[in-house]
Amino acid sequence: MLALVVAHLVVAALLPLVSRRSRRAAFGIAAVLPAATLVWGFAHLGAALGPGLEETVTWSSALDLELGFRLDALGLVMIVLVGGLGALILAYSAWYFGKDSRDAPRNSALLLAFAGAMLGLVLADDLLTLYVFWELTSIASFLLVGQGGLHRANRRAAVQALLVTVLGGLAMLLGIVFVGESAGTYRISEIVAAPPVGGLAATGIALILVGALTKSAQAPFHPWLPAAMAAPTPVSAYLHAASMVKAGVVLVGRLSPGFADRAEWWVPIAVLGLVTMLIGGWRALHETDLKRLLAFGTVSQLGFLMVLFGSGDRIGEVAALTMLLAHGLFKAPLFMVVGIVDKVTGTREVGALSGLRRGLPGLAVAAVLAAASMAGVPFLLGFLGKEAAFEAFVHQGLYYDPARGWVLALGLLTGSVLTVAYSARFLWGAFADKPGVEPVDPKRPARGLLVPTWTAAVAGLVLGCVPPLVNALAQPYADAYPATDATEADYHLALWHGFSLPLLFSVVALAVGLALHVGRDRITGLHRTLAHPLSAQRGYEVVVAGLERAATQVTGRVQVGSLPVYLGVLLCTVLVLPGIALLTGGAWPRDQSLVSSLLQLPLGLIVVVAALALTRVRRRFTAVLLVGAIGYGIGGLFVVDGAPDLALAQFLVETLTLVAFVFVLRRLPAHFDSDGGTDTASGNRPRRGVEMRKAVLATVAGVFVAVAGVVLSGARQQPPAASGEFVARAPEAGADNVIAAILVDFRALDTVGEITVLLIAAAGTASLVLATRFDRRRKAGGGTPEHEKEVLG
Amino acid sequence: MSTREPVPFTQWDEPEGEWTLPGACPVRSNRTLMLEAAARFLFPTVLVFSVYLLIVGHYAPGGGFPGGLVAGLAFVLRYIAGGESEGAEIGSRFVVRPPVLMGLGLLVAVVSALAPVAFGAPVLASAKVTFEIPLVGTVDLVSSLVIDIGVYLLIIGVVLDLLRSLGSGIERDAREAAGEEAGP
Repeated sequence: MLALVVAHLVVAALLPLVSRRSRRAAFGIAAVLPAATLVWGFAHLGAALGPGLEETVTWSSALDLELGFRLDALGLVMIVLVGGLGALILAYSAWYFGKDSRDAPRNSALLLAFAGAMLGLVLADDLLTLYVFWELTSIASFLLVGQGGLHRANRRAAVQALLVTVLGGLAMLLGIVFVGESAGTYRISEIVAAPPVGGLAATGIALILVGALTKSAQAPFHPWLPAAMAAPTPVSAYLHAASMVKAGVVLVGRLSPGFADRAEWWVPIAVLGLVTMLIGGWRALHETDLKRLLAFGTVSQLGFLMVLFGSGDRIGEVAALTMLLAHGLFKAPLFMVVGIVDKVTGTREVGALSGLRRGLPGLAVAAVLAAASMAGVPFLLGFLGKEAAFEAFVHQGLYYDPARGWVLALGLLTGSVLTVAYSARFLWGAFADKPGVEPVDPKRPARGLLVPTWTAAVAGLVLGCVPPLVNALAQPYADAYPATDATEADYHLALWHGFSLPLLFSVVALAVGLALHVGRDRITGLHRTLAHPLSAQRGYEVVVAGLERAATQVTGRVQVGSLPVYLGVLLCTVLVLPGIALLTGGAWPRDQSLVSSLLQLPLGLIVVVAALALTRVRRRFTAVLLVGAIGYGIGGLFVVDGAPDLALAQFLVETLTLVAFVFVLRRLPAHFDSDGGTDTASGNRPRRGVEMRKAVLATVAGVFVAVAGVVLSGARQQPPAASGEFVARAPEAGADNVIAAILVDFRALDTVGEITVLLIAAAGTASLVLATRFDRRRKAGGGTPEHEKEVLG
Repeated sequence: MSTREPVPFTQWDEPEGEWTLPGACPVRSNRTLMLEAAARFLFPTVLVFSVYLLIVGHYAPGGGFPGGLVAGLAFVLRYIAGGESEGAEIGSRFVVRPPVLMGLGLLVAVVSALAPVAFGAPVLASAKVTFEIPLVGTVDLVSSLVIDIGVYLLIIGVVLDLLRSLGSGIERDAREAAGEEAGP
């Protein structure tokens, strides 16, 4: 399974080579892999519906990390959506993007890479594996929504999608760690078999739910999904209808067998799912852009799926899996229909389209098939799912939990009424004759656009007419939930269950929904009178703007731009934290001699005198030379104490520092107490009080460092275990010089780390000096090729 | 340079060019003969010394870090003597871009750290080859020398980058600032 996922990513990386020759061929090649995935999935049908097909790849046994995959019924349904619909949409894209569209190369590669990541997500049986693919899909979504970054709408939508889903993703990562640690395993199948209990696990579950809710656009996180409609239609059809937004729902479906009976799991899912279904449906009734209408429809359906997957009820889960498949099979073709309408007429506005049912009769039939499935009309897949959903909650309400069952049943009924209404509105908006609107004259759509649309729409009809097919997929998944009575145990999808409450619900939904559509003008009026200031989108904007403002304020407070303040903060921290430790726990070593060699005296004297003189000098150049004298003096002390390696490094670094100082001095005033270089003698000296404070702080810090050096070096309680061994083993490392052996062999990792730090520091210096040149000259030159060249050398 | 006119006393130490500095030299002032001559002789010597330090590090004080610093200081000497002027051969003109040199050094170090994995040994493991060279004697060649070479290259790159940013970058800034003040 890992091989399949990796194949997607590898081919995606190579795809730009193909699209250089032919854009269509690139999409064609991209479509092969998802199609092959579908075939592969069905080749393993027996294993998937039975025990499940597992694969584990260990990639770090020391850290106990592995990539775990498992193909089961839920995974197989998602493969139909990711692989099957993916292939159709990629084929559709070949004609959607023009022959020499500049967006095509990027989209073909990104869509295929996304397909690979999504495949990994739906097959993952390890929470950490799942998380990796989860974030990969978020990034793919960001890139696909953002497109070339040329339009503001794209950029804003991409950032919003990324911020919201990654926020959820990070919360989820924390939750994964909580759940995984309290369960002792990150295997989803093992966690579900023996779900962890306790406060840590409960917090973890709640955090994982945040991830699932944001990814699947549940209220109040839903506005990113309609905003993401800025992406090209194939992207919307694939990511934001068929596959990616299902990730949260699928995660809930994976974990529900273990947690469905816990209130912290099912209450938020049921409440937010239902609210999302109603909000999405209500908003869809008022959209005039066909694509946004469908987007709110998706939000609504995702809420529906959330409620079903979180129900923990055997029939409810059968309904969940059926609706999952049905939603992919009707929403993807609906998006493709919008794409075609947009392409042949140049508009997606309800108010501008008229008479298309005569202009594009074939497309209209496909759209009717898909929309009817969405509305839950018999003989279509959506009907089977909706019937099962009503049955689940009516059954629950009648026999087990009246409050929960009836609330959910009636809530779903209301949601279904809205679904029927916006399905009708979609068909009316796209194809109906509208009085007073000029009939549009469409171009003929390419066959490459029509065939994938029809294929997906007809699949919904075929599966809807043959319930046992889907039943065979849904039952093994629902088997994870115990049946409480005979009705639940015997339930199977069928077109006719006899005269029953669920059938009545379906009829009511259709009838009231159509009535709502007929009275659409009055509904719009009601919507206007209900206008309220509460909006999730505005909430998002307020939060983001608030964050930015807070960041500005914090930066303004913390980064005051004064070197003395920074240094003061550093020194105070050093004094307060280790200083207290030194005062409370330190002891002066008994055998500390004041002088061990006579040569130390003159060298020490040089250092002390230079340091004292440094505080009195007024010329910068003198100060730099004195600092150099201190450094050389200390290097001399190293030599006296028998550390030639250290002394060599000290001398060289000191020299280089001196040179660097002199370089910088060319741009600084000659004296400390002048700021412009012109008025050297004028009274620009800092106030005496400030100077005193600095002096006290510097003195205390210096004394502290000296005392700490002595106390800490005498504080050894254990014999130095490592150094003796190092000396003994140095020849083995091929070095007579034990220092070299430590640097490049025993502690070589430290060396690699340190040179990395050095590289970053040098790059930072170059950036600070060179990259800001253009800003300082107040010339708009930043980012120009000349500027780039300068920074890069 | 064919005619031998008497040089005024005040200009007697200004270099005339040919013997130390082949080619045209745009700036005749701001130069010192002593420094240029010294740089010319010291530069290759110091570079060789830096390589010696690099190799001797296994047996005596030295290694990649001091070696790299010494080589870098050789470039500093050249820079101070000749600036970065295009015409003067003594100027510190770099063939390799400093950031590339730094990256190369890190790459060498990291690759040599990871290379043992390909042979089934842990990361950063080192191997020693001992062989006999006539007249020289026994020589140990240790694979960890490669890390030292990486450090050596990276340090040279850091120093060159310092010359580029703090040296010529600030010099150009100063020139531009002076130009703006003098200009319109």
